[in-house]
Amino acid sequence: MDPVAWLTDNKIPLGGLIRDGVDWLNDHAAFVFYAISDGLGFVIDGVTEALLWAHPLAIVAIFGALAWIIHREWKLLALVVVSFLLVINLGYWEETMETLSLVVFATALCMLIGVPLGVAAAHRAWLYQVLRPMLDLTQTIPTFVYLIPTLILFGLGVVPGLISTVIFAVAAPVRLTYLGVTSTPKALIEAGESFGASRRQILWKVELPHALPTIMAGLTQCIMLSLSMVVIAALVGAGGLGQPVVRALNTVNIAMGFEAGLAIVLLAVVLDRLCKQPERSTR
Amino acid sequence: MTGQPTTRDIAVRFEHVDVVFGGREREALARLDRGEDRETIQRETGAIVGVADANLAVAEGEISVLMGLSGSGKSSLLRCVNGLNRVSRGRVLVSLDGEEIDVASCRPADLKRLRGSGVAMVFQQFALLPWRTVAQNVGFGLEVNGRSKAEIDRVVAEKLALVGLSDWAGAYGHELSGGMQQRVGLARAFAMDAPILLMDEPFSALDPLIRSKLQDELVQLQKELKKTILFVSHDLDEAMKIGDRISIMESGRIVQTGTPEDIALAPANAYVAEFVAHMNPVNVLRGQSLMTPLEALTRLRDGRLVAEPGSGVTLEIAEDGAVAGARIDGRGPAPVRIWEGEASHAVASPADAVVVVSPDVTLREAMEIRRLTGAILVVAKDGRALGVLGEKELYDGVLGATERPEPAADPREGTSSAA
Repeated sequence: MDPVAWLTDNKIPLGGLIRDGVDWLNDHAAFVFYAISDGLGFVIDGVTEALLWAHPLAIVAIFGALAWIIHREWKLLALVVVSFLLVINLGYWEETMETLSLVVFATALCMLIGVPLGVAAAHRAWLYQVLRPMLDLTQTIPTFVYLIPTLILFGLGVVPGLISTVIFAVAAPVRLTYLGVTSTPKALIEAGESFGASRRQILWKVELPHALPTIMAGLTQCIMLSLSMVVIAALVGAGGLGQPVVRALNTVNIAMGFEAGLAIVLLAVVLDRLCKQPERSTR
Repeated sequence: MTGQPTTRDIAVRFEHVDVVFGGREREALARLDRGEDRETIQRETGAIVGVADANLAVAEGEISVLMGLSGSGKSSLLRCVNGLNRVSRGRVLVSLDGEEIDVASCRPADLKRLRGSGVAMVFQQFALLPWRTVAQNVGFGLEVNGRSKAEIDRVVAEKLALVGLSDWAGAYGHELSGGMQQRVGLARAFAMDAPILLMDEPFSALDPLIRSKLQDELVQLQKELKKTILFVSHDLDEAMKIGDRISIMESGRIVQTGTPEDIALAPANAYVAEFVAHMNPVNVLRGQSLMTPLEALTRLRDGRLVAEPGSGVTLEIAEDGAVAGARIDGRGPAPVRIWEGEASHAVASPADAVVVVSPDVTLREAMEIRRLTGAILVVAKDGRALGVLGEKELYDGVLGATERPEPAADPREGTSSAA
């Protein structure tokens, strides 16, 4: 008998298993997912409403002030103000604010999950062994593949977009936190131990301060990864700058596609520069 | 047993300490007992023997130096005192608030107490936290031990003044030179007010001039602080300069413990002799061990002693052993001066024929007096003359280090004092 034919005849029902699993969850735990969906949706929409309720120029002023307070650089302040004014000029203010709240929430969730997970993995070799293939999986599996189950479980709207974004972006803070904590020089940890610091004090006073620049790099990466998911999130009904891009794609509208794309880039640049660690040499 | 202080209280006592890293520890220890060497044990069990059967007592208030090549186990042994290394077998007894704690078997709470108030440490690579200012680094130990902000501020200011860095309190480590960074390391350790200080090659990462300066400062500080210091070094000159007592380690074992002079004059084996051969003896050797005893001097018919053949100087020793007078070429009396440890150039006059010195005079001081006066030095204790230091004795002292048992054909490759 031809082995290839035998292999195709005896197909392992991998896809079916996953489908059955999702169906089972949908049948038995739907209320959990709906609760999550409603809760998250409510909060994100609330923030979006708040951003849109304020006068656009007030928001521009707030961001400008933030840039000045954090970095004390005129150039950066100018960049932030000009970028936002250009977005208003393009006519995508509302979409930009929707995307902003989605990105902020996705990033916050990623950091909330990623940093503790990274710290835990740094202290437990076995946990990192378990986590590593899972992180590889979330980063390599095509986004559309897990978009389908999230869509089924959470319904249309901003929440499945958020969840997909988190799955996609969470690996960055986990990995970078792990890297930052494990790269703490042994001498510094021993110095901490020799003065009687407890494990918790070593974490808070030695490992995390040492890892902070790396963790902040994880934060900016997380923001960028979230922004790159905006268009895909729009496919499952999340609002924001992804919507005009998808519409432009469907109608082959070069002008609209370019302008919406530019707005995404401007938001990305502003957020990236805002979150950059202020220059501090740590040798 | 030499090298075991008996009169003073013991601050740290190592009793049959073995430290084994990794591998199959029990088997490694059993093999160690059978007398197998480190290489065989590592090959057979995968375990690295850091320290084997170390015994040492460190008296309160003394500087005890662990010396040896890299890999000889000196750091491994030091790090047992505050539990940075686990003791595989044996006991490490450290005195803390009047009781003795065995670090090898104590409860975690006792270890924390020991680290918090009994033993402080200074590291080779400084190990300052780069995101903290100098003052915050110095206060680190107090902070993790839950002291109040006011107390931390007070102690930090005091210790920064002690090491001369008050003006740098707000600076970060990388803004400081290596020598200044290690001063911060010292201040951080002093801040704990721990009676015992562990110093793991604290000056090895510094360039020679700064190293020498910090060694002097440490010796000076120690005169006021009177801490018990366990100091690791690979440099015998450093060990001799600061150590009250030196333990030489080879392949995880302590092969000799003694005062600097004991070691310089009687190296226990070829390994120690190799170190001694490369050391500078002028600060180490002292009058008592360099002198020619009176009994060995030629006695003239009239009872006077020939102090130094060819010099024409003769000595008259009284009944009670004191130097009663001196003559040059039979004429006299020649001037006799008593030196009491002051700077030699201040007292020495070229007119002196004989200078009476204490048995503790260093070779350097003796040579300096000789250079300025040309006089014969008579070593005397409590007024009793013991022997003389002439030109021959001084030369022997300087050259003696190279004349002693030559470490011929040492089996170890690349053995040198500058590891």
